[in-house]
Amino acid sequence: MSRTMIIFKRELGAYFATPVAFVFIVIFLLLTGVFTFYVGGLYERNQADLEPFFRFHPWLYMLLIPAISMRLWSEERKAGTLELLMTLPITLVEAVIGKYLAAWCFTAIALALTFPVWLTVNYLGDPDNTVIAAGYLGSLLLAGACMAIGSCMSALTKNQVVAFVISFVICFAFNLSGFPIVLDLFSAWAPQAIVDVISSFSFITHFDSILKGVVDIRDIIFFGSLIAFWLYATILAIEAKKSS
Amino acid sequence: MENLIEVKGLHKHFGKLVAVDGIDLTVRRGEVLGFLGPNGAGKSTTMKMITGFLAPTAGSINVCGHDVLSDPIAAKSCIGYLPEGAPAYGEMTPKTFLDFVADIRGLTGQEKATAIGQAVERINLQGVMRQPIETLSKGFKRRVGLAQAILHDPEVLILDEPTDGLDPNQKHEVRSLIKNMAAHKAIVISTHILEEVNAVCSSAIIIAEGRILFSGTPTDLAAHSRYHNAVTLSIDSGISAKVEKTLAALQGVASIETTQSNSSLIQITVIPADKGSIVGMIHQCMRDNDWQIEELFVEPGRLDEVFRTITGGAQPAGKETRT
Repeated sequence: MSRTMIIFKRELGAYFATPVAFVFIVIFLLLTGVFTFYVGGLYERNQADLEPFFRFHPWLYMLLIPAISMRLWSEERKAGTLELLMTLPITLVEAVIGKYLAAWCFTAIALALTFPVWLTVNYLGDPDNTVIAAGYLGSLLLAGACMAIGSCMSALTKNQVVAFVISFVICFAFNLSGFPIVLDLFSAWAPQAIVDVISSFSFITHFDSILKGVVDIRDIIFFGSLIAFWLYATILAIEAKKSS
Repeated sequence: MENLIEVKGLHKHFGKLVAVDGIDLTVRRGEVLGFLGPNGAGKSTTMKMITGFLAPTAGSINVCGHDVLSDPIAAKSCIGYLPEGAPAYGEMTPKTFLDFVADIRGLTGQEKATAIGQAVERINLQGVMRQPIETLSKGFKRRVGLAQAILHDPEVLILDEPTDGLDPNQKHEVRSLIKNMAAHKAIVISTHILEEVNAVCSSAIIIAEGRILFSGTPTDLAAHSRYHNAVTLSIDSGISAKVEKTLAALQGVASIETTQSNSSLIQITVIPADKGSIVGMIHQCMRDNDWQIEELFVEPGRLDEVFRTITGGAQPAGKETRT
């Protein structure tokens, strides 16, 4: 078993050793249910697809993922276990990836538990299951990107509330960066090229294109590189903050 | 004996603050080094650098022949470390926690089971193996940290305040444990309990403001005390005035301190000039005058006094409680 996997196993176990896991999963399922059936109107649309289910995921993740990620590193630093972990024979990269994968896997478990929605549309109609599979993949990538942002913010501060709030704001900005609310701030003075770059960072734009069932390699690369970038930033943040 | 820890010219700066300012030390196999110093002297920072947690600003650290900076994994593999405060994952039980550390240390199968079994037995953790660590008492938490440190039977053991917060029985257990392991390992312990130095250490270092102020054996350390070779005797309070006067007049006696030990007894400490041996002379003098001595002993030196003198917190005089 590689050392990354040992860290992964311990970390994932830690979620289920405390009520965090159950509270998170129950709230996540409740909220997805509310959004899908009441706000999204799954039944009223009379269409056998999961668009109303996935559509709200960016907004749910923006709120719920930081609640998971906030403890990733700030808790280790506060409890002093960071020192223990970093003096065991493992590298920082192994620790960062192991802990991140555990957190991501945990949200994947929560996401997988939404399968009754999928059963429902299959029972009621004849949906295109490849589009639904693409939706789940997109949702997972989106959760991974939010989690990587949260990981970095958690590495920057000992205070979990601060980590939560800043992760929330950054995820919110990424969600909205394709909308006028963010773009108008730049379009007045910045060249069009910069505005285009900012709008290309929108989670919603990339997520929407995956939701249509078109799994474009560029969208995968977008989320993948975003995750890599924030994890690299996590490593730098831990190194820089270790001595304080 | 081979050197298991070699530290040369170690410096650590935090911004403008100089935490460690040029420390050199070597620890051989079989040696227990006591690291003494006031709070904030740089003890923990030095240990954090030796164990590879913090990178030094300058200097080199070699553990078991591995350079901590260029080959951290190999160096960390042969170190067992108890960080200050014995941190552990609170939601885990000692069983799952030790299991995790054993996995990371690369122990598997029978080897792993034996290692955990031995550590648990040595530290006496059997009774709490299935309780979450956060629910354990301070003493047990510290023991879990110790078990984790000795799990892989490391050649180098670095313990930051291993007996802090333990009751006298637990302190005794931990000290016996350290002494039992000492022969095959290089051990560094930090402490501000001076009796611990005499109890377990074969050498001692005093640091303050990041520099080494003293290095030697505990006996050398005690010899720095002005109480070194001082003679303390208890006599009946009725004759104390006479005795004091006579002893003070003896040649080779620098000064005399007295304390009331109970209602009828007075304790007199006779401090020699130049730390010379005066016990024979005093005994002779007492016998010549036919004075009854209830108790008499030669002091090796008072570590707390040496500590205060060396680290600059010296009181203007020793105890002068005349009654």
